[in-house]
Order: sequence, then C-alpha cells, then structure tokens
Amino acid sequence: MHYSPTPMHIPDGFLTLAVSLICWAVTISLLAIAIRKTNKELGEKQVPLMGIMAAFIFAAQMINFPVAGGTSGHLLGGALAAIVLGPWAAMLVMTSVIAVQGLLFQDGGLIVMGANILNMGLLTTVVGYGLYRIVSKKSITTRLVISGMAAWLSVMTGALATAVQLWLSGTAQINIVVPAMLGVHALIGLGEALITVAALGFIFRTRPDLLGDGSASAQSGRGWVFAGLLITLVVVLLSPLASSSPDGLERVAEDMGFLNNSQAAPFHIIPDYTIPFLGATPLSTILAGGLGVMVVLGVAFLVGRSLRIGNQ
Amino acid sequence: MHDNVFDRYHFKQSLIHRLDPRVKLVVTVVFILSNALLPDGAWLAFAFCWLLILACNQLAKLGLGYSLKRSFVALPFALAAITAIFSIPGKSLGEWHFLWLTLVPTDAGVLRFVSILVRSWLSIQMAILLVATTQFPDLLHAFEHLRVPRILTTIIAFLYRYMFVLTDEVFRLLRAREARSAGLPGQKQGGSIVWRARVTGNMVGQLFLRSYERSDRIYNAMLSRGYSGELRTLHAHNMIRSDWLVLNATFGALVLIQLIGWIR
Repeated sequence: MHYSPTPMHIPDGFLTLAVSLICWAVTISLLAIAIRKTNKELGEKQVPLMGIMAAFIFAAQMINFPVAGGTSGHLLGGALAAIVLGPWAAMLVMTSVIAVQGLLFQDGGLIVMGANILNMGLLTTVVGYGLYRIVSKKSITTRLVISGMAAWLSVMTGALATAVQLWLSGTAQINIVVPAMLGVHALIGLGEALITVAALGFIFRTRPDLLGDGSASAQSGRGWVFAGLLITLVVVLLSPLASSSPDGLERVAEDMGFLNNSQAAPFHIIPDYTIPFLGATPLSTILAGGLGVMVVLGVAFLVGRSLRIGNQ
Repeated sequence: MHDNVFDRYHFKQSLIHRLDPRVKLVVTVVFILSNALLPDGAWLAFAFCWLLILACNQLAKLGLGYSLKRSFVALPFALAAITAIFSIPGKSLGEWHFLWLTLVPTDAGVLRFVSILVRSWLSIQMAILLVATTQFPDLLHAFEHLRVPRILTTIIAFLYRYMFVLTDEVFRLLRAREARSAGLPGQKQGGSIVWRARVTGNMVGQLFLRSYERSDRIYNAMLSRGYSGELRTLHAHNMIRSDWLVLNATFGALVLIQLIGWIR
C-alpha cells in the first residue's frame, strides 16, 4: 500500500556473516545500555508511550510528499525521535520499528537486522541527538536550524555506514557505492531535514512543554555531544576519502585485517575466520561461522539475563 | 480499520501453521544463516534450498508459488551489489565504457553477483513463509521465550497493535490534504518543494501530538484494567513431539545442504 521501502534496508544475503555478526554484537551492546538506562530512568508508564511512539514513527514514514518526476520523500525519523523522546528511548523505538519492518514486511533481512538497526536506528539517534544537545538550551530558531542539520547528517551517517558494510562484505566497490549512497541520501536527507524542522516547529508552537527543560530530551548527559560530534567528524572525513582515494581506505582496512586482497570467497574477509587446527577448509569456515553465531547468541543471552535480574 | 493492509498472516489449517512459533523462528534464522554460509556458485545446494521452500509452501497449504510471488520486494537493492561484477579479480569477460569509467566484468564477479541475489531471494522467501504461517503476537511470544528483553517485545507488541490505528490516522491526514489540494488541469499544483515539505512536517507534528495524547488515554485505560508492566498471553506454547521432529528434520536437511554446497 502506502509503504515505500528506502534504499537503506539491507536484505539478507548482501552482507557476509562476519560483517552481520559484528554489527549484531555492536547493536546488542548498545541496546543493552539503552534498556538499562530506560529501565532506570523511566517508569512503567513510559513503555506504552514508547510503543505508541514506535507506531507513530512507523505511520509517519507513510506521510509522503511529491518531490519531482513521480518520486516522493518521506521521513526516516531517527533524529526526530531522538530529539523528542531523548536518545535512549529513541534507540528502542527505532529498533522496534526496524524490527517490525524486517519481520513483517521483509524490508531488511533478519541476519542483517543488526546492521540495519545500527545504521538506521542507533547511528541516526546518536548523531541527531548529539548535535541537538549542543543547542538544547538556546533559542527556538537556533534549535530548529541545528535539528535540521542534525537530521540531514543522521541520514548521511546511516547511508555511509550502509555503504561501508556493503564494501566490507565484498558486495560493492567502495569508490562507487560510497558516492552513490551519499549522493542519493543527500537528497533524501534534505527531505528529512525539512520535515523534521517543520514537525518540531509545529510541536514548539502547540506543545512547547514536551520539549522544555523537564522533558526526557533535555535531561541526557553531555556525553552525547561528544559521541555525535565524533561520528559527524568520521562521516565528514571518511566520505571524501572513500570517494576520491579508495586505495587509501583499502590499505587501512587491510592493515586492520578486515580485507583480503582476493575477495572471491566471502569468508576470507577476516583472515582469522577459520579454526586454526582445521586449516582453511570448508568445514573450518562453517564451524567458525557457527562459533560466531554462538558467541552472539551468548552475548545476547547474558545481556538478557542480567537485564532480567536487574528488573527484579 | 485497515487491519488487513499490514497483516501478513495467511489463515490455513496445516502442519506448519500448528508448529510452535519458536520452531518456525529458529528454523527461519538457521535457514538464512545456512544460506550465508554456502559458497558462491553452489547451485545444487541453492536448488535444494528452494526445494525445501517449495515443500514448506506446499505443507502450509499456501500454494507452491506463494512465497515466490511475494519475494521481489528486495529486488531494487540488487543495484547495490552490481559493482561486485566489476570489482572482483577474475577472467575478463569484455570491456564496457561508461562515462569516464572503464568497466571490466569478470567471471568471478558475475558469479558473486548472481550468488548474492540467489541467497537474498531464498532468505526472503523463508521470512515470508514465517510471517504467513505465524500470527505476529505468537511470534513475539517466541522472541520472549528466546530471551529477547521484555521491554523490546512489549514495545513491539504496542507498535503492532497501534500501527493500524495510527495508519488510519495517517489516511485521514492524507485524505484531508488531498481534499484541500484541488488543482486545475494544465496548471501547476501546490507550492514549492520546501512548502510541500513544510506541510508534510506539520502533518507529522500533528500525528505526533495525536499519538502522544492517545498514549496517555491508552495508559489510563490499561491501568484501570490492571496493567502491571507486562503483557500477558493466553497461548501457552509447549513444544510437542511433532515440533521436535520438524526441528531436527530441517536441521538435518540444512546440514546435508551445506555438505552438498561445499563438496564439489
């Protein structure tokens, strides 16, 4: 129906297992902190609120506006959610939205969902909130201008992360995929910025209390500013580098052990992705893959358990 | 209520529908993992994977082509993988000149590109089967059993319950915008792009306020009905013998598929 997929939802099969699992590990760790924080800071009342807000983000993505030539823009919502709900709650809200899109509509895969959540739910939130936090005590005009920039940058960050993951998986060539993704999303990001600013302006006019001093978004720490600025810096430095001199980047990746010169076999991307005493046999690769899955499951299990104990 | 717009559940009485949701979830995830582990160009193994999917389609009484028909959603993403054709070293298959670029497709590159597409296409079909044969609340319950933190499953449960309601709200907003955006034939409709984006932003803000206020009402209603912070379900899920049987059978099949894929 009115549901339009965006070019950022990676389907299964486009990322190698190694990259998917690394993304899952990062995502699970960040979500664990987010859950701990929201459990501590928010009461039981906030859970239904976050659920409805997730439904809001989902529904808001359907409000489109015609741009040109039959294409239309719509909201992704990471930055907006972070500014309105505060960063930790926004992370959980965006994660739920992406999970439902992947599970129910196959918009984004299951094994790669960790990467999708990271790109569209977590990075967008950190960048969006981090930049907004700098000016959260300033005048409304300043706040609106900065949130527009934050929204645009959050989309660019997600796009760049997606491009880098595709490249690390040997699915795409970096000097093509980075400019292509960033080029497309520079426009999508403009739409995101305009809608975010207009929506925030509307909320400022009608319910200024929701964004005031007592709100969730005003209370999170200064650390977000550093996180947001750091990621912004990485995006700003990495994008031109990846587009103009991919060799440099590949060199870095190689030194870090990410990339093997011959990308023919998908699991040679991490050279140690085999079990030593079995050598580089297929069995070894499969076992290593299985081991990686076990590790991620183990992390997830431990995190879940510690959270459960913390709840009681 | 447009509740049929989003619900992907396909009501049937079948072995697959009756399986424990945990079994279906785990089988789906392991199937997709197994796809990711298969080497490029393992056509025979891919073919067996597809046979497995066809069998599931048939067992679920959905008709053989059910998952196939719905599996093209990820097709646009294939664009992202297209550079793989040119970037992987291998035997050259000719030369294309495109703008300032010289593109040399290689046999290894084409192999990788096609393998990525096949893997993605198979994985998506299994995910389609999962939601076509499992009711979403049951699926969430399975996640809970598999130790996904409760706060996440609860948020997702709310999202699922209220996305229909808020989507209706969106339809009303869109209808209102359309009703006020009459245009004369031959004349430009609406203002500049910035103006349009602003209208959209106001609609988003409006939707936010309506959702926010609704969530207050919902919370009060739930509180008055005894909400204590968790959602309860009447479906008790217990693994029975047929569940274990299916689980083991599919694992066996997937191990076989891996063997076929790697031994050539």
